[in-house]
Amino acid sequence: MTERHVIAVLVDNEPGVLARVIGLFSGRGYNIESLTVSEVDAEAGLSRINVVTIGTPMIIEQIKNQLDRLVPVHSVRDLTEEGPHVETELALLKVAGQGDKRVEALRIADIFGAKVDDTTLESFIFRLDGQTEKIDRFIGLMKPLGLIEVARTGAVAISRGKEGI
Amino acid sequence: MSQEMTGSEIVLRALVDQGVDTVFGYPGGAVLPIYDALHVQNSIRHILVRQEGGAVHAAEGYARSTGKVGVVLVTSGPGATNAVTGLTDALMDSVPVVCLTGQVPTHLIGNDAFQEADTTGITRPCTKHNYLVKDIDGLAQTVHEAFYVARSGRPGPVVIDLPKDILQGKGSYAPPSVNGHRSYKPKRKGDIDRIEEAAAAMAQAERPLFYCGGGVINAGPKASHLLTELVKLTGFPCTLTLMGLGALPASSKQFLGMVGMHGTYESNLAMHHCDLMINIGARFDDRVTGKLDEFAPHSKKIHVDIDPSSINKNVRADIPIVGDAAHVIEDLTKVWKARQYRADRKKLDAWWAQIDEWRGRDCLKYKPSDTLIKPQYALERLRELTRGRDDVFVTTEVGQHQMWAAQFLPFEKPNHWMTSGGLGTMGYGLPAAMGVQVAHPDALVIDVAGEASVLMNIQEMSTVAQYRLPVKIFILNNEYMGMVRQWQELLHGGRYSESYMDSLPDFVKLAESFGAVGLRAEKPEDVDGVIEEMIAVDKAVIADILVDKAENCFPMIPSGAAHHKMLLGPEDQADNPVSEEGMVLV
Ligand SMILES: Cc1cc2nc3c(=O)[nH]c(=O)nc-3n(C[C@H](O)[C@H](O)[C@H](O)COP(=O)(O)OP(=O)(O)OC[C@H]3O[C@@H](n4cnc5c(N)ncnc54)[C@H](O)[C@@H]3O)c2cc1C
Ligand SMILES: Cc1ncc(C[n+]2csc(CCOP(=O)(O)OP(=O)(O)O)c2C)c(N)n1
Ligand SMILES: [Mg+2]
Repeated sequence: MTERHVIAVLVDNEPGVLARVIGLFSGRGYNIESLTVSEVDAEAGLSRINVVTIGTPMIIEQIKNQLDRLVPVHSVRDLTEEGPHVETELALLKVAGQGDKRVEALRIADIFGAKVDDTTLESFIFRLDGQTEKIDRFIGLMKPLGLIEVARTGAVAISRGKEGI
Repeated sequence: MSQEMTGSEIVLRALVDQGVDTVFGYPGGAVLPIYDALHVQNSIRHILVRQEGGAVHAAEGYARSTGKVGVVLVTSGPGATNAVTGLTDALMDSVPVVCLTGQVPTHLIGNDAFQEADTTGITRPCTKHNYLVKDIDGLAQTVHEAFYVARSGRPGPVVIDLPKDILQGKGSYAPPSVNGHRSYKPKRKGDIDRIEEAAAAMAQAERPLFYCGGGVINAGPKASHLLTELVKLTGFPCTLTLMGLGALPASSKQFLGMVGMHGTYESNLAMHHCDLMINIGARFDDRVTGKLDEFAPHSKKIHVDIDPSSINKNVRADIPIVGDAAHVIEDLTKVWKARQYRADRKKLDAWWAQIDEWRGRDCLKYKPSDTLIKPQYALERLRELTRGRDDVFVTTEVGQHQMWAAQFLPFEKPNHWMTSGGLGTMGYGLPAAMGVQVAHPDALVIDVAGEASVLMNIQEMSTVAQYRLPVKIFILNNEYMGMVRQWQELLHGGRYSESYMDSLPDFVKLAESFGAVGLRAEKPEDVDGVIEEMIAVDKAVIADILVDKAENCFPMIPSGAAHHKMLLGPEDQADNPVSEEGMVLV
């Protein structure tokens, strides 16, 4: 029985740290559904890695323990296990078309609350954020309407309440 | 205060401040600056090996026999890649090693420069941590940190990749800082509530068993001492893993012998039938658990480990305790005493009666021979002829001889037994013995070897000669990759594909060519004389013991089988074909 978990990892922002994390997942055969990384505290030199992974409860526990023992890792938090959290992802979609399809694409984008970031006479770039499934659904609908290209960030998440990581 | 030094001088100064007295290495272009600095100092002794792989195993032998960090120095490119097997070995067996690798100058990194290899990339998965030093300002601190990481928590190998311009540049030295590491802070004290829970479970157990491993050795000699006390205090039986041998004196009546694939009948049956397993510093390796879903089915499990990732990895723990073995055993003992716990005598006696019955099978017995030297006989004689000495260190290569050494040689103390357990690296024993001998110049250091394994690092005989290291290489020569042959017999219909060792060297002449002494035993009556002479001569010796070529190592739990499905001898083997599931396992 597998579960999907969103894990936040605070690491030293140093060369090779992302390779360590990714190497851990590939070397031990763990799944990565998505992974994002960016510096979050320049002064302290800390980056945050957000990983979405799928595994049995025993594997999820292993993943967290394995991450935690990497030397540059400061903390590992399982947001899914810890309870309520806000999770979101950003996607950019390029949709090309003319006539009815173009109109329909714009209409659906509006329903989803996607923004038009750029347009030409033959194409749009839509920007959408939200839950991963919502973006999946939007992409699904855009496919027959001339979807050309997708760029997604992968999920980022943060726990609710006043406590920090 | 902060006078300018070269990078090489900073490295050496940091090593000295870390208590390093010996480095095992091999020079090359990228590390010439360090070799130059080594040349003009007297604090650190450099041992020149003959292949970088040998340097790492020597450092492992040094580390495991002293409890200190072993240090290696190799050049860039091929020097670093040759070190990879040893680093992986040290990672699997939790051996603290710091390996300094040379690197091309920083401005050439990434250009496919001469002897460039992506050393940090290659060694990332086979080290506990690694560093590429790009700025001389951080150099001293990086070396100090590397030692801290190598030795704390679960020990392991650490690589420091040193570009040549950093070694030649000028900077200032910084002594080890007293502040802890900013992110790596392993927990040493176990959670006291869990320890209370564990002690209570121990007091209620009817069929308890201590299952202890390399973690007790890693925790220092004090941990073994405390374990021995606790085992005595409780009256419980205790089994050890291959890596744990010596954590409890082999002479203890409560020691059941090694556990696992080639462990004793009584250990494995006790594992199978216990109702409480007290695992301290062992990692439920597949050589030990056998078939996981039939592993110790009736037991509650306490698991003490300093590395949280060892807990609940293969086997679920009912009472997990993260902490250092010495601390936890000490606290466990305190709680046991303070609460005046004692085992239920009647139930424990019944458990011991059962264990004694299993012991009665005498599972290590073998068919003696008047004409052929049985490998077990050779080891029994080695045991008897070294009995009472407390300065005997044994290393091994990998194969049947390794398992027989584990079964037949008694280890009374920790740190006297060095073997490659997790990676199973043939060629480990000779260089490891070198490292042990360097650390203990007057001790009797014996590499129990197979003729195939020892050839994998035989070049180190030249190092042995150069430093006059009187190591004894005791080859159980069966002219086969015996362990491979045994598996082929069991699993592949006796088709001995490529496991016969053709064209072996004359080991006596080989020894002589390196200025060592070569001895040979061909018949059982030769064995004592050869061993006595091997011990008596104050020189390196290769003792070529020509043993029964067909002997197999028993007991054996075939891959994929449960503990109670153990083969005790050739007769069992015929009756119990290995399952298809077991065939795919290693
Ligand atoms: C041919 C061959 C056959 C083998 N057959 C067997 C066999 O029959 N039986 C057998 O036992 N092995 C056998 N092995 C060895 C086996 O592969 C493993 O290496 C071994 O079982 C692991 O031993 P261990 O569980 O003690 O763990 P180790 O590898 O020694 O690991 C130590 C554990 O303790 C923890 N630790 C480290 N420091 C501390 C500390 N300070 N405090 C607390 N915990 C700490 C670590 O995190 C780790 O989990 C064989 C190997 C070979 C090559
Ligand atoms: C480097 C390496 N290659 C291959 C193996 C697989 N292997 C395990 S034991 C063994 C045979 C060892 O033969 P020998 O040293 O003669 O020991 P014996 O089993 O005969 O005692 C081999 C090839 C290994 N463990 N290590
Ligand atoms: Mg052999």
